[in-house]
Amino acid sequence: MIGGLFIYNHKGEVLISRVYRDDIGRNAVDAFRVNVIHARQQVRSPVTNIARTSFFHVKRSNIWLAAVTKQNVNAAMVFEFLYKMCDVMTAYFGKISEENIKNNFVLIYELLDEILDFGYPQNSETGALKTFITQQGIKSQTKEEQSQITSQVTGQIGWRREGIKYRRNELFLDVLESVNLLMSPQGQVLSAHVSGRVVMKSYLSGMPECKFGMNDKIVIDKQGKGGTTDDTGKSELGGSGKQSIAIDDCTFHQCVRLSKFDSERSISFIPPDGEYELMRYRTTKDIILPFRVIPLVREVGRTKLEVKVVIKSNFKPSLLAQKIEVRIPTPLNTSGVQVICMKGKAKYKASENAIVWKIKRMAGMKESQISAEIELLPTNDKKKWARPPISMNFEVPFAPSGLKVRYLKVFEPKLNYSDHDVIKWVRYIGRSGIYETRC
Amino acid sequence: MTDSKYFTTTKKGEIFELKAELNSDKKEKKKEAVKKVIASMTVGKDVSALFPDVVNCMQTDNLELKKLVYLYLMNYAKSQPDMAIMAVNTFVKDCEDPNPLIRALAVRTMGCIRVDKITEYLCEPLRKCLKDEDPYVRKTAAVCVAKLHDINAQLVEDQGFLDTLKDLISDSNPMVVANAVAALSEIAESHPNSNLLDLNPQTINKLLTALNECTEWGQIFILDCLANYTPRDDRESQSICERVTPRLSHANSAVVLSAVKVLMKFMEMLPKDLDYYGTLLKKLAPPLVTLLSAEPELQYVALRNINLIVQKRPEILKHEMKVFFVKYNDPIYVKLEKLDIMIRLASQANIAQVLAELKEYATEVDVDFVRKAVRAIGRCAIKVEQSAERCVSTLLDLIQTKVNYVVQEAIVVIKDIFRKYPNKYESVIATLCENLDSLDEPEARAAMIWIVGEYAERIDNADELLESFLEGFHDESTQVQLQLLTAIVKLFLKKPTETQELVQQVLSLATQDSDNPDLRDRGYIYWRLLSTDPVAAKEVVLAEKPLISEETDLIEPTLLEELICHIGTLASVYHKPPSAFVEGSRGVQHRRLPPRAGSVESAESPDVGQSGPSEAPPAVIPSQGDLLGDLLNLDLAPPTATVPSVQPSMQMGAMDLLGGGLDSLLGGDIGGSPSMGAGLGAAPTAMPAALGGAPPVGGGLGDLFDLGGGVGMPTGFYVVPKTLWLPAMKAKGLEISGTFARRGGIIQMDMSLTNKAMSVMTDFAIQFNRNSFGLAPAGPLQVLTPLSPNQTIDVSLPLSTSGPVMKMEPLNNLQVAVKNNIDVFYFSCQFPLSLLFVEDGKMERQVFLATWKDIPNDNEAQFQIKDIHLNSDAASNKLQGSNIFTIAKRTVEGQDMLYQSIKLTNSIWVLAEMRVQTGNPNYTLSIKCRAPEVCQFVYQCYEMVLKN
Repeated sequence: MIGGLFIYNHKGEVLISRVYRDDIGRNAVDAFRVNVIHARQQVRSPVTNIARTSFFHVKRSNIWLAAVTKQNVNAAMVFEFLYKMCDVMTAYFGKISEENIKNNFVLIYELLDEILDFGYPQNSETGALKTFITQQGIKSQTKEEQSQITSQVTGQIGWRREGIKYRRNELFLDVLESVNLLMSPQGQVLSAHVSGRVVMKSYLSGMPECKFGMNDKIVIDKQGKGGTTDDTGKSELGGSGKQSIAIDDCTFHQCVRLSKFDSERSISFIPPDGEYELMRYRTTKDIILPFRVIPLVREVGRTKLEVKVVIKSNFKPSLLAQKIEVRIPTPLNTSGVQVICMKGKAKYKASENAIVWKIKRMAGMKESQISAEIELLPTNDKKKWARPPISMNFEVPFAPSGLKVRYLKVFEPKLNYSDHDVIKWVRYIGRSGIYETRC
Repeated sequence: MTDSKYFTTTKKGEIFELKAELNSDKKEKKKEAVKKVIASMTVGKDVSALFPDVVNCMQTDNLELKKLVYLYLMNYAKSQPDMAIMAVNTFVKDCEDPNPLIRALAVRTMGCIRVDKITEYLCEPLRKCLKDEDPYVRKTAAVCVAKLHDINAQLVEDQGFLDTLKDLISDSNPMVVANAVAALSEIAESHPNSNLLDLNPQTINKLLTALNECTEWGQIFILDCLANYTPRDDRESQSICERVTPRLSHANSAVVLSAVKVLMKFMEMLPKDLDYYGTLLKKLAPPLVTLLSAEPELQYVALRNINLIVQKRPEILKHEMKVFFVKYNDPIYVKLEKLDIMIRLASQANIAQVLAELKEYATEVDVDFVRKAVRAIGRCAIKVEQSAERCVSTLLDLIQTKVNYVVQEAIVVIKDIFRKYPNKYESVIATLCENLDSLDEPEARAAMIWIVGEYAERIDNADELLESFLEGFHDESTQVQLQLLTAIVKLFLKKPTETQELVQQVLSLATQDSDNPDLRDRGYIYWRLLSTDPVAAKEVVLAEKPLISEETDLIEPTLLEELICHIGTLASVYHKPPSAFVEGSRGVQHRRLPPRAGSVESAESPDVGQSGPSEAPPAVIPSQGDLLGDLLNLDLAPPTATVPSVQPSMQMGAMDLLGGGLDSLLGGDIGGSPSMGAGLGAAPTAMPAALGGAPPVGGGLGDLFDLGGGVGMPTGFYVVPKTLWLPAMKAKGLEISGTFARRGGIIQMDMSLTNKAMSVMTDFAIQFNRNSFGLAPAGPLQVLTPLSPNQTIDVSLPLSTSGPVMKMEPLNNLQVAVKNNIDVFYFSCQFPLSLLFVEDGKMERQVFLATWKDIPNDNEAQFQIKDIHLNSDAASNKLQGSNIFTIAKRTVEGQDMLYQSIKLTNSIWVLAEMRVQTGNPNYTLSIKCRAPEVCQFVYQCYEMVLKN
């Protein structure tokens, strides 16, 4: 299991060092600094073995988190734990920075003592931790409160405490998708997928039992056979009128009963209080690609490049895409750039070796164009320019996968409110993930 | 809060100041001081001098302060053991605190203080905490047992904590169960043979129930533990799989990977034609793909594992090529791994896409990545024949770029393509030759030289080209020198007239001016070949080369199987068995997949699967020291006593064939050979349990029974199905399974030798250690043809009983050494005693009576043979087949009494009385013998014969 956990700043100075196992000595702290942080070359692997000791590291801004072990640990678990550790710290004191870590080092030690015991991760749900790691001592609690805390930390529903009360029962559902694309210069889709998340903010009283439904093809088809097609609402988004979508795979927050999903494909759970990620999913079929990028690069002699890029928006004209940014890479030996664009603003950024073209808003079924002349310095470098792909960023108010929330039912039999009393909000946001077109 | 100020104190009299502050009356000031101490400790300063002052702050109501003091204690207690005792009282008191959080804190911290005196005081509080009413305390106590075990294993056993821990597996709280499982798994790792984690269907059921309810981390502990279990049959295997599959939708990637591990392992046991098998295969792909949208570090872990899964079961991901396409912004470690998997998945169906991608990658920035991409193109050409032409033209395009390392890499792979498709793409040689000057890496130079030599007859100026290399001969690396030598000899054999001078030049360079022995030797061989018999030289040097195989750099099957059992762990990331990077005994245990369903292998006893300790067979593998000693004895220890004892067995025909070989087998090699460690391993594998009465499972046993072999025997000697004696893991790829038989009065050892390594094995020889009945090979081991990879050969070795005798424990233990061209390997096995029952074992009635009376009653042993549905006549017939002779039969009150006699090869008589009651399936057996220690084994033979 995990033998120790160290946190370093960018210079390699230790900010936190907690050792859990006897086989990890102080020299491990230095070994990592010397061999990884101070190493000249780029990091070649997130797992490093130095003198039979394995180091797992992740970086958050310029802070290094390293877990150390001498055993054959579950590597996936160690990384998941490091991410979780980052989440917990962020939930307690915001951004992970040297300043914040130094300011909260006592708290961090307390957390590390609680969520890792002898190197075994323990309950690390922030909701539960915040009930008893408060930096204010716990002497004031009554006996009932104490046992409530312990039963929550160890219990079946470790993510929610009993006795939550709201005057207004309300919940917010955000369907956040990032659409990824790799397209060939000829416009052929090499790979495309949507990775989506359903994020829920719940402000519900008691221990509500929730059931979430979406236009999952498997569910709809099953119901279709049963003859109960009450779901006739036409899809109004994205222009494609499809009723259901094929989900390649999905994963759920630990509150969801997985065995029920496995057998009936129904998503039922008791939600944590506040914001959390209910599910993640991935689709690859029938994706609506909100933008199409058509590049044209021409090399004129050895010292000049002509670039023309057309972007076409491909969704309902009534919808607006926002924060559009097209990034056209330029060779390292660029000496000057002239740009003309129809819409928005374009600039050559020498430090980033790219032309960045920004458009604030763009409606569906429109087209825009940029052309640029790039002057090059003559070089004797034999190697040709690698032509990195043109990448794009945007945000659209629909789900490119076509996913629709059909319902989210809330039942709380013990308290006096019904599904109708809950105020529900649903929002769809589609963003670009890695959206690249080769040129 | 601005605690960061504590990090900045670097004054000189700091320690002294801190001391004063720690002893201050003001609580706030005390706390500030402790914080400063902890900050200094973090940075690596030695603040152990403050020990007594810090410990004084322990008695406090302030929990934050208390936790800080505990943190300090954990760090420094070991360096100040005497003073650490001061803390004991507070700990013990805190373990009684009404607040469960404080009780848990105390027991958790106490376990982390590695001071013997403290651990003594820990036992009582720990015992209480293990039974605490609060689950939070129990889950903490469970882990504490593992901590204590790490400090003092004996203490944990003596105090009975292991049993309490086992009870916690049935706890009502899922997190307690999970932590207990984690603790037990860890403790079990350091006791590979213990029955600690007694996994049986009941406990498995409990674990599966807890799996649905506990935290994500707990699920990982439980799944990792489940992966060590070997289900009894395919039905159990399927039902576990069904309950594990929902985990594939968990948001935590580690849960998913551990579930994949369980499924991959248990799938082995499912018959392939089962519908569920197909369903399961389909279910595995999506979660694996989803792992690739995780953070890059996890992607890396996932990709390393997928690499293994793809090698084991390519069908799972064969349609998912696209997801492994490299993204421009992927970290380099993700890119390289993806590339590896792309090559493995490349097939005729997707090769066009793959090639287009690879070509794209070959223009990227990172040198390693580009090289790998170029190499991948070559691999595709070799793997998918239809694409070879396109690959070659892609490579030629890349050579045109003139980027130095791209050209070199391309030439290296083109050499392989020539090997795979001879006489097909030689037209490109001209292009390659143009780039001769730019090659500066040995591998590329060597490849180019090979090409020139191989196709010398088609390259007009081959002699000039090679001559140009010859100028700097001594500055070249060995690889290039060797290649150049061979190439010029090839050239000479093809065009002898013009190149005589050249060949003489290279031969003298290689033999006279070089101090590299390899090079010199090769030079001399060529020289002599050429001077004595040019025709022979031609046959040798220009011999037709075997085609190279399609898949290179595959992981060896046995290692792959082991790594599959370690999915998700570091071993799967490094692609090395845990023993390669873990110190000490932990994790050194080798894991194996369960035997494949429906294959002959299923005849193996399930216990060979290592992880099912339910029926622990007697531990008969001697510890490394023992056997080493024993075998050394044969040759080295008191010479007068041992030399003759070796001699006879060597004369048994082994001598002429093996001669010196055996000498080295027993003598020299054992001495300092590092292979001893490897051969014996530190971790004993479970031994075949077939003798212990476990009926072997699986069908197809009939094939294995060699019933036809009996010469004039009434029912035939019962032959136990072959069991695994020497796993390939321990013998560098040689796997031996075997059994014993007695056919027509001759004892035979039937073995199946399987080569699971990648290279051919030859020169087999066998030798036994001294044993209880003097068993020794009566002839050499007849493996006449070399054993090629994946080939299995069956051999029958006749045995005599005239070898040297030494009493073994258990009596029927046989220690064997097998040698091949690779190494010497040791294993031990047990033979059924019935092997030694001779054909003339029928005693006269009178003699029987007299002898029975003569043997003292103390030597009589009674046994029960259960569940036999035979009447006494059938039983006696059956037994006679194994030379157990019924002399007389008496019937008293519906009870048949059978009197039987047996004679062993060493002339020991065994007398038996068997009582059979009609309608009662349980027989009573009384055995009398002057050597009472054999009774137990005779009983085993009875049971074995009657039950089969």
